[in-house]
Amino acid sequence: MYNRKDKAIAFLMISPSLILLAIFVYFFIGQTAWYSVSDWGIDPATALKKGVEKNYVGLDNYHTLISSASDYEFRLAFISTFYFTIFFLGSCLILGFFLAFLLDQRIKGEGIFRTIFLFPMSLSFVVTGTIWNWLLKPNGGLNILPNKLFGSDPLEYKWLNSDTTLFKFEWLQGGNLFYLGIALFAFALFTYVAQKRSLSWFWVVVAGLVLWLISAAGFWSKIWLPIDDPVRDIGTYQGYGYSAALTGIVIAATWQMAGYVMALFLAGIRGISEELREAARVDGCAEWQVYTHIILPQLRPIALSAIIILGHISLKIFDLVYAMTGIDNKYVKVPGILMIKGFRSNEWARSSAVAMVMLFAISLVIIPYLWTNLRTEKQS
Amino acid sequence: MSKRLLSLCSLVIVFAVVVGSFAPTARAQDDLSGSLEIFSWWAGSEGPALEALIALYNEQHPGVEVINATVAGGSGVNARAVLKTRMEGGEPPDSFQVHAGQELIGTWVAADRMEDLTFLFEEQGWFEVFPEGLIDLLSTDEGIWSVPVNIHRSNVLWYNPAKLEEWGVEVPATWDDFLAVCPTLQDAGVTPLVVGEAWTVNHLWESVALGVLGAEGWNGIWTGETDLEGEEFLAVWDTFGKVLECSNFGEDNEGLPWDKATDRIADGTAAFNVMGDWAAGYMTTTLKLVPGEGFGYAPAPGTDGVFMMLSDSFGLPVDAPNRDAAIAWLTLLGSKEGQDAFNPLKGSIPARTDGDVTNPELYNTYLQSAAADWAVDTIVGSLVHGAAANENFAGNFSSVVDLFTTSGAPEAAAAEFIALCESSGACGG
Repeated sequence: MYNRKDKAIAFLMISPSLILLAIFVYFFIGQTAWYSVSDWGIDPATALKKGVEKNYVGLDNYHTLISSASDYEFRLAFISTFYFTIFFLGSCLILGFFLAFLLDQRIKGEGIFRTIFLFPMSLSFVVTGTIWNWLLKPNGGLNILPNKLFGSDPLEYKWLNSDTTLFKFEWLQGGNLFYLGIALFAFALFTYVAQKRSLSWFWVVVAGLVLWLISAAGFWSKIWLPIDDPVRDIGTYQGYGYSAALTGIVIAATWQMAGYVMALFLAGIRGISEELREAARVDGCAEWQVYTHIILPQLRPIALSAIIILGHISLKIFDLVYAMTGIDNKYVKVPGILMIKGFRSNEWARSSAVAMVMLFAISLVIIPYLWTNLRTEKQS
Repeated sequence: MSKRLLSLCSLVIVFAVVVGSFAPTARAQDDLSGSLEIFSWWAGSEGPALEALIALYNEQHPGVEVINATVAGGSGVNARAVLKTRMEGGEPPDSFQVHAGQELIGTWVAADRMEDLTFLFEEQGWFEVFPEGLIDLLSTDEGIWSVPVNIHRSNVLWYNPAKLEEWGVEVPATWDDFLAVCPTLQDAGVTPLVVGEAWTVNHLWESVALGVLGAEGWNGIWTGETDLEGEEFLAVWDTFGKVLECSNFGEDNEGLPWDKATDRIADGTAAFNVMGDWAAGYMTTTLKLVPGEGFGYAPAPGTDGVFMMLSDSFGLPVDAPNRDAAIAWLTLLGSKEGQDAFNPLKGSIPARTDGDVTNPELYNTYLQSAAADWAVDTIVGSLVHGAAANENFAGNFSSVVDLFTTSGAPEAAAAEFIALCESSGACGG
């Protein structure tokens, strides 16, 4: 065991970084949280006054974001992030696994391929964004590729200009999905904890009941409010959903990150001992069954890490979108872009509220992960 | 770095400091000394114009060390964000660039961060040389807040004279004329009007609105006298919608910078473009076209006799560290000498009406004609470029346009416009 002196020294050694973290991360998160419930910048005339008084207004700013017709940009951004995360994660995992599977066939020049696939990772999102912006120009890049290669007609797909909205839903309907998602998430989390701590099923049922009661009491409908003036809401005309212009961004992001997922999976696959595969084959597994029954289940922790890493990247995505579409693109909105817009129009409180929503979404992914990590470390 | 090099360096620095501290007394032409930090977004192609001014300043006040703090980024998007953090952090530059009008007044004057410059205007006799309409845009009841350096015009229609002749199309005098020639051009396989990324669409809107409402109606939006629920304002949106249908909007305009849109006029794939007159600078300097021959210009349809202006100006923040040097800077900016040094390089016209604008060595044909209009036209302020509305309104205006282009409903757009007026307080009342 450590003695007291050791502990004191250890504490001294980490205290500088603790203090810096406390100030530059947590203090500023607190500051942002405070601004998000204040009225700073609601009246543009006083937005930059020296020593302007900031009054507490409760959750007004959040309510405005969710329900004010003028703030449709936030709703578009929120939903875009949701869809972007799903498609980006899905395509990265599938493509990454597929590449890892191909490289696992012990081909010649594996090292070269590995480098090629991993290479996009070394670029910054801004560079990727600029390149793909060129490639996805309506009159250039990918669209004229068939023409250059085979002399056929150039494609007419509009990519980042695309105005189609897919998988539409009404705002309130989306609310129902949102509650359902949150409730299921909470329930799953609780079940997981209950299992780990071997709590009895009794408690699981109790937790389920409590969640149901909260929903029944209309708690969630206080978060997901209806639009106050539908005539001024963009969703009335185009609906909320997946904007097809995001496809280009999903492609660019996948191009950059799929190689990384491949590297993770490949390392995982190589870590599985050959004996296990042999044993499976001896037991009569076909080659594809080796993958589905032996390899994939073993890769679960790796897939989880990949989901966490990609998930938090996609929830806070900003630089890629900024480089590809700029701030004012009509079809592509993400929360990070809205924050920058807030700088332009001096809406500090509103921007802070957007930032807090982003933080909340990211913490939904990160906190359970950190928590289980800490627990497993403690156990071992 | 080796130790020896280090000590050598520090020796040089010490030497420089010693010499520097004696230098002003040695050649004192005026008693100004210290430094002057000028904050602007004039980097890149606009840099030389600013440097010409700084060179002039150094000549007049050799004792002052000028720090040229630029933050690149078109129209000052990045610079303004940096400026806000600096001001909020209590670290203002000595003088900073800002679009004349509400961008300055709605943000910085409203926040009590600027010094009234009326004394300088009186001292320099500027009331006589700047047009009244311009001084109105720079003033509130409490004072005058900045010194305008240059004038750009927002409501200009650009075209290619040779191509128009080929297509047999006249330059439209009203938006209805434009809509009438639109099918002819479309049949010829030409984009009748080219627009670019979001802000250029907003830019088009202000010319359409000015064309439909006229100067009085336009100013009435910002004083609260124009009825925003009335027929006329709905007609603005209606016309705007029809004009957009005659353009490449929704095809490939997103992500198309303004200069790439201008290229399409030059190469004849599009017929018209509404853009500010920095386009003239681009076409003469970069594309090497002759004004009036290689490219043509006219007031945007329906806006003849009205000059929708935007102006870069410099103000004096409260607590500027080197106030005297900054006032000398502002004096230079407002002087005839300063404006004639700056504007030919920037491709704009002097804000003063007595500039040397008929001198063809300084100002090209386009600028001369713009200067002639500037002297006689009715002057109104641009919305998109910070003169007419505060930053809150201007920053959120594209969401009104987005709503209109998605819904196609003038009523919805007008309602959103009114809501934005109320929340930003930009429309009087």
